[in-house]
Amino acid sequence: MSTASYNFISLDLPALLALVLAAVSCGLIGNFLVLRRLSLMGDAIAHAVLPGLVLAFLITAAMGRPEQARDPLIMMLGAAISGVVTVLLIETIRRLGRVETGAAMGVAFSIMFALGVVLIEQAAARRVDLDADCVLYGQIETIFWLPPESLSGMLTLGALAGAPRQVGTLAIVAVLVVLLVVLFYKELRISSFDPALSTALGFSSRLIHYAQMTVVAIAAVAAFEAVGSILVIALLICPAACARLLTDRLGPQLWVSVAVAIAASVAGYVSGALAPMWIGFETSLNAAGSVAVALGVALALSIFLAPAHGMIARRVRNNRLAARVAREDLLGLLHRAAELGTDALSPAEIAATLESPRLARRAVRGARRLGEISATANAVRLTDLGRDAGRSIVRSHRLWENYLVRTVGLRPDHVHAPAELLEHARLPSAAPLSPDLPDRLDPHGRLIPPAPADENLET
Amino acid sequence: MHSAQSITDVALHWPTLDELVRTLTLRAGYNAAVVVVGTTMLGLAAGVVGTFALLRRRALMGDALAHAALPGVAIAFLIAVTLGMAGKSLAVLLPGAAITGVLGVLAVQFIVRNTRLTEDTAIGAVLSVFFGAGVVLLSVVQASPAGDQAGLATFIYGQTAAMTVADATLMGAVALVAALAAALLFKEFALVCFDDAFARVQGRPVNVIDLLMMSLVVLVTVAGLHAVGLILVVALLIIPAAAARFWTESLWRMTVFAGAIGAASGYLGSVTSALMPRMPAGAVIVLASGVIFIISMFLAPSRGVLASAARSARLRLKIARDHMLLAALRLGDDSHGARVTINDLARARGWRVNSARAIAWTLARTGHGELHDGSLTLTATGFDAARRVARTRALWEEYLTRCADVAPSHVDYSADLIEHVLPPDLVRDLEAALDSAHTAEEVAA
Repeated sequence: MSTASYNFISLDLPALLALVLAAVSCGLIGNFLVLRRLSLMGDAIAHAVLPGLVLAFLITAAMGRPEQARDPLIMMLGAAISGVVTVLLIETIRRLGRVETGAAMGVAFSIMFALGVVLIEQAAARRVDLDADCVLYGQIETIFWLPPESLSGMLTLGALAGAPRQVGTLAIVAVLVVLLVVLFYKELRISSFDPALSTALGFSSRLIHYAQMTVVAIAAVAAFEAVGSILVIALLICPAACARLLTDRLGPQLWVSVAVAIAASVAGYVSGALAPMWIGFETSLNAAGSVAVALGVALALSIFLAPAHGMIARRVRNNRLAARVAREDLLGLLHRAAELGTDALSPAEIAATLESPRLARRAVRGARRLGEISATANAVRLTDLGRDAGRSIVRSHRLWENYLVRTVGLRPDHVHAPAELLEHARLPSAAPLSPDLPDRLDPHGRLIPPAPADENLET
Repeated sequence: MHSAQSITDVALHWPTLDELVRTLTLRAGYNAAVVVVGTTMLGLAAGVVGTFALLRRRALMGDALAHAALPGVAIAFLIAVTLGMAGKSLAVLLPGAAITGVLGVLAVQFIVRNTRLTEDTAIGAVLSVFFGAGVVLLSVVQASPAGDQAGLATFIYGQTAAMTVADATLMGAVALVAALAAALLFKEFALVCFDDAFARVQGRPVNVIDLLMMSLVVLVTVAGLHAVGLILVVALLIIPAAAARFWTESLWRMTVFAGAIGAASGYLGSVTSALMPRMPAGAVIVLASGVIFIISMFLAPSRGVLASAARSARLRLKIARDHMLLAALRLGDDSHGARVTINDLARARGWRVNSARAIAWTLARTGHGELHDGSLTLTATGFDAARRVARTRALWEEYLTRCADVAPSHVDYSADLIEHVLPPDLVRDLEAALDSAHTAEEVAA
């Protein structure tokens, strides 16, 4: 086996595995935080597990078993306890003290974190190896595996048992999180969207809340040591936020968030740890930081490019709608003018009536392209096609006015403005608006033109 | 001060009384005095500014701001080094911190305005991503020839002990600016905090006022970065203000209290840190403010937990006494001097016998009744009080049926809730209103 691939397997593969496993567990559980507007609870817990972690260290060290100080079970226990304590603290401050949720979180997590920082300083003196900086950035770079040189040798039980401890812990936690989400999918879904219904159905949303927060604390602490608290926060929030922009359904959202989390972890690690070497730098960049940046890039891309909820898609949709409304207003205007005996209007008259000159020009261009009007330099008139379209707009307007006066009970002089908006709605059927019109006149005494299809019946 | 102490020495060293007094009175050496004065000033400024941030519900915006400052520190350092300047001076680093910090806040606002994501998600995403970028840039700094990022990483946890006279002066200036701005623009800030829509209708430049408030938050955060570190600086904005809220209902007093609590936290925290080994000042300052917060939350006289618990217990007792008087009146067939057994009273209201006995005891103590082997007899005072309660209740039921269109079968419960808190002048108004309604009806009949 070449040195390069051996280096990859012993250095980069374990780090990548740790990242991906952390991404799966944090990314998955983060969805429920984002949906329940508890994103900052993730932030708070990720900061606040620190004192629990340090206390667990200190207690195992005090029991004279420093070699067990990093026993994953004891760490998990410490972290889960301080996570739940934080959640209870936040609830207490919010309920008893009547402090707003955001501020209550701020108070609780900064007190817990400060406590953790002081405890770390105490731990340093007891030769418990825990560094305040690695709490934030993690130590991905120090996760490595030294298996035998040959591929078959690597796959023996003995070699695998030598795999880095963090990867093993993360794998167990990732499996646990996935299992919990799959098993309690229904409960999680109900309590995320309608906690009151969930409680009424017998799934106490309070209990689910605390269970969720415990899982967040466990996922956070498992990832904590490997990737650092800041990346934990990014992994809890960003993938779920991306998925929230990309889909409207919970099932796909979970898949998308996990996919985003994994993709960003790999991309971040490659560009942070490997790419600088490829282009000739001597040292690599901080991997946890680059993954956080990759998650930020993914979120920025989703914000702009998401198909339904992205800014660009929304802008385009709004633009198109504005253009259609302006075009329909133009056809309606020309139709009304024709009713009053004026065949053609000048572009200046049109610009003065429609919302803005720019929209008016756009409406004229669009209608012309569709063959609804013929336009010369100073006269715009309807074609046969345009006449039909204009008539259905005016018909829709007057039907709405009719409906608003007769069925809703508005005064006749109050219905023009709402009808001006409603006329553009694309209804599956206009039938509810025109139940056997007795006189075919709108509230202002103007004729409601027949629908184009009815024309033959009329003549 | 503790140089003789080995790094593995784990015992806490308690300071002597003399050391304590000297540090408290700023006579424990020049450096310690500078740090104490500087953090006290910082606490003052943060408390004052935090009051408005808290009321405007922007408390956690400061968190995003502080985390987002890290990449700015690294970028400013890199630019300064490239230009051949001394990279580590605060005059270079702090403007960089302010710029990316503000960019972070703008990013949060952009996300909230333009997407379906909520503010909490936006804050969490921005603070973690910006901080991640900062960490990456720090590793770039470390790799660069100018190397030695040691000075920069102190921004994360703060390095209070290294505070220079210039830093302390900066804190003093910031405190002065914050106090002056709060005093001069107090009315504007209050208006925007409590009702921004009204402020807008009144023709106040709400956006400008908001911007000013945000600038003060930026100023305090950036000034506090070096002292308490970017993770904990937000605590100084939130905790003193939230603690002050328990003591008063007036904004003016809350601002002063928050400033005082912030200053006290800075003072106590830095003194503790100077006196005891391995107590990082930033964290200890936050813990000091946390202790003040918890004390305030429980013990504050107006909004504290104990005070409101006592208030609601008193109200519950008054209601229970009213109910017992009413029950005694009814069970005694409206006659004066009738004996009613506690057991009957308890059954009538669904109380446990022991609670009923306790309530009866309080009635006896205030001279409303007499207790004789398990039964209560209303005294003349008690009888009058019971009649008054019955009358108020009847009036209210009458009012609900007649004027609020509540069905007669439904008034009992609502009357039960409100009869105890009707003020006497309202009772008089009710009497008058019902009397005149009565006559009107009779006249009509």
